[in-house]
Amino acid sequence: MNRSRFRFLGQGWLFWLAVVLIFLLAQWVLIPRLNEFRRTVWVMFPCIMAIICLGLNFIFGFNGQFSLGQWGFYAIGAYASAILTYRLGERFSYPVQGIVVQVPPLLQKLIPMAEISLFHFDAGKSGLLLVAVLFGAVLAALISLAFGYVVLLRLGSDYFGIATLGFAVIVQVLLINSDLVIPETKGARGMVGIPQMTSFFWAFLFLVFALVVIRNVLYSSVGRAVVSVREDELAAKAMGINTLKYKTIAFVIGSFFAGVAGALYAHLYAFLSPLYFGFQKSFDPMIIIVLGGLGNLTGTLLATFLWAITLEGMRIWLPQGFEAWRFVVYPIVLLLVMLLRPQGLLGKFEFGFLRAPKWPLRQVAAEAAPQVAEATAGNPEPQEERSA
Amino acid sequence: MRDLPSRIIVFFRRNWYLAIIGLLILLWLAGRYRESPLLFWQFIVDGLRLGFVYALIALGYTMVYGIVRLINFAHGDVFMVGSYTAYFATTRYQWGFLPAMALAVGVCAFLGVVIERVAYKPLRDAPRIAALITAIGVSFFLEYFTALDFVFTPNFINYTPLPLKITTWEVRGITFSNIMLLIIAVTTACLVLLWYIVYRTKLGKAMRAVAWDKETALLMGINVDLVITSTFAIGSGLAGIGGMLYVLAYPQIRTFLGVMPGLKAFIAAVFGGIGSIPGALIGSLVIGMVEMLAQGYLSSPMRDAIVFSVLIIVLLYRPTGLFGEAAREKA
Repeated sequence: MNRSRFRFLGQGWLFWLAVVLIFLLAQWVLIPRLNEFRRTVWVMFPCIMAIICLGLNFIFGFNGQFSLGQWGFYAIGAYASAILTYRLGERFSYPVQGIVVQVPPLLQKLIPMAEISLFHFDAGKSGLLLVAVLFGAVLAALISLAFGYVVLLRLGSDYFGIATLGFAVIVQVLLINSDLVIPETKGARGMVGIPQMTSFFWAFLFLVFALVVIRNVLYSSVGRAVVSVREDELAAKAMGINTLKYKTIAFVIGSFFAGVAGALYAHLYAFLSPLYFGFQKSFDPMIIIVLGGLGNLTGTLLATFLWAITLEGMRIWLPQGFEAWRFVVYPIVLLLVMLLRPQGLLGKFEFGFLRAPKWPLRQVAAEAAPQVAEATAGNPEPQEERSA
Repeated sequence: MRDLPSRIIVFFRRNWYLAIIGLLILLWLAGRYRESPLLFWQFIVDGLRLGFVYALIALGYTMVYGIVRLINFAHGDVFMVGSYTAYFATTRYQWGFLPAMALAVGVCAFLGVVIERVAYKPLRDAPRIAALITAIGVSFFLEYFTALDFVFTPNFINYTPLPLKITTWEVRGITFSNIMLLIIAVTTACLVLLWYIVYRTKLGKAMRAVAWDKETALLMGINVDLVITSTFAIGSGLAGIGGMLYVLAYPQIRTFLGVMPGLKAFIAAVFGGIGSIPGALIGSLVIGMVEMLAQGYLSSPMRDAIVFSVLIIVLLYRPTGLFGEAAREKA
C-alpha cells in the first residue's frame, strides 16, 4: 500500500474529488432547477436529517443501544445555537468580495446561470454560524454525557430506549416552558427572528464532516470496541473492554451530531417550535436507519434522501384532493419495505470508501502465518444477534 | 429475603439523596394539602379515575410485551378505534351501553388480530427492530387513515354519552360521578376476568409458558401462533373497553386520541414492571395520580415531564420496574 499519497482526514484524493464534484453538480446544476421549497425539503433538509441519522446509526446500528432520544438532542442543539445567534444577531457581517466568472454560453444549458460568483461570502456570518453549530453540538454532547453516563450505567436494551424517549419528551416540555427563563424562545408560540444562515454549502459540508468522522472512528480501535459491544456485551467485557465507556462514547458522538443537525435546522428555517420536537417525530430517524439497514452508512444516506423525497414529493405527485393520503401511503410503503426486506434496503452492502478498510496488518499476518489466516478465512461470519 | 419495610429503610439509607428529594416533595405536597385539602383529594380521585382507564390499556401493552417482547406502538390507536366504535354505536345507531361495549371489544379484538397477522407475524424471525418499525407504521396508518373524510367523518367531536345519564354527587365536597364508579367496576371486572384467564385456564397456562420460553413451549406441543393471536385479541379487546370508558370520562374524540393515553399507559406498564398484571394496575394508578397532581399544581404540559422523570428515576433504581422480574437475558 502506498502510504505517501495525498490524505486528508483519512481519505484519499479520489474521495475529496468526488465530494467536490457532487457539491458542484448539486450547487450549479440541481439547485438552480428547483424552487425555494423543493430546494429546502429535497436537498438541504435531507442533508441535515442524514447527519442525525448517521449519529443515531452510530448509537443503535453500531453500538446496539436502542435510543429514541436523538430528537431531544436535536432540539437542544437547535435552541442553544438559535439563542446564541439571536443574541449576537446581525452584529457580525464582514462581506468578502468575490470573483464573478462569466459562464460560457455552451455551459449555460447545463448551468442555468449567466455568471457564477466565486469566493463571495459573508465571513462574519459564516464564522457566527460555525460558532453556533459548535456551541449547540457541544452542549448536546455534554448533556448526553451526563445523561448517558447515569442511564447507561444501569439500563440496557428496551429500558434504555424508554428512558431516552422520556428524555425527548422532557426536553420538549422544558422548551414549551422555556420562556420563563429565556424570553427569546417564546415558549409554545415558537421562536422567530433567527438569522437564516444555513445554505446548501454548510449542510453539505457538515454532512461530509459527519460521514468522515463517523467512518474514521468506526474503523479505529475505538470503533472496534464499540461494535464489539453490539455483537456481544458479555464477550466484550471478558476481552477487557470497558463497555460502559464505549457505550457512553458512542452515545456522546451520536448526540454531538444531533446537536450539529439541530443548529443547522434552526438556521435553515429561521423558526423553531417545540411542537416540531414532539416525541412522535422522534421515531423518524429510527425509521430511516432501519429502512437503510442497521449499521450501514451507505444505507442511512440513501434512505434519508429516499424518505425525504418520497414524503415531500407526495405533496406534488398525489392527485388533486388526495393530499391527506400522504400519511396513509407512507405507512403502507413503510410496512411493505419492512415486510419484504426486514434487514433494510441495503442490508449489508456498503459503498466504496465506507467499507471496512483492509488492514495491511492482516497481509503481514497472512505472510507470517498462512495456516492461521486460512483457518480464520474459512470460518463463516459470526451470527449477529441484535437486541432491538 | 428480608421483609419489605426493612428493605425500604436500607434502600433509603444507601440512597440518602433520594430520601431528601422525596421528603422535599412530600413537604411541598403537604403545604399544598394544607392550603386546600379538598382540592388535593379531588386530584387524587380524578387520578384514580384516569389510572383505572390507563390500566385497561396498560394490560394490553404488558401482555404483548411479555409474550413477544414487542413494544406494540399501535396499541394506542386500537384504543382510539374502540372509542370511535362505541361512539358510533351509541349515537348514530342508538345502541345501549353493554351492546356498544361488546361491539367495541369485538372490533378491537379483530383489529388486533389483523394487525398481528399482517404486520408482526411475518417478522417474528427478523430482528426485533423490524417489528417495532412496522408497529410504528401501523400506528401512523390507523391515525391518518381514520382521519380521512370518509372514514370517521368529523374529526373533532364533543361526545355526550347518550346511553348513560351522568349523575354527580358530592361526598364532603369531593365530586364523584357515576362514570367514575362505572370505570372502576368495569376495570376491576376485566382484571378479575384476565386473572382468571391467565392463571386458571389452559390458554393462560400456555400464555405463561410462551412468555417464559417460546422454543420450549413449541416443543411441548403448544400452538404458539394461537397463543400469540389470542394474546393480541385479549389485549386489544381490553383497549376497546378502555377507549369507550375514556371518552365517557373525557368527552372529546379525535383520531389522535390514542397517542398520549397510549404513551402514558405504556409508561405505566413499564413503571409497574412490564409483563406483570398487578404491576400494570398499580403502575397505572400511580401514574394517573402523579399526572393529575402535576397537572393540578403545576401546569398541563409539565405533567408529561413529571411523569417521565418519575419513570426514569424508578427505572434507574429498579431497572425492570416495580414488580418486574429480574432480567433473564440470555448470555
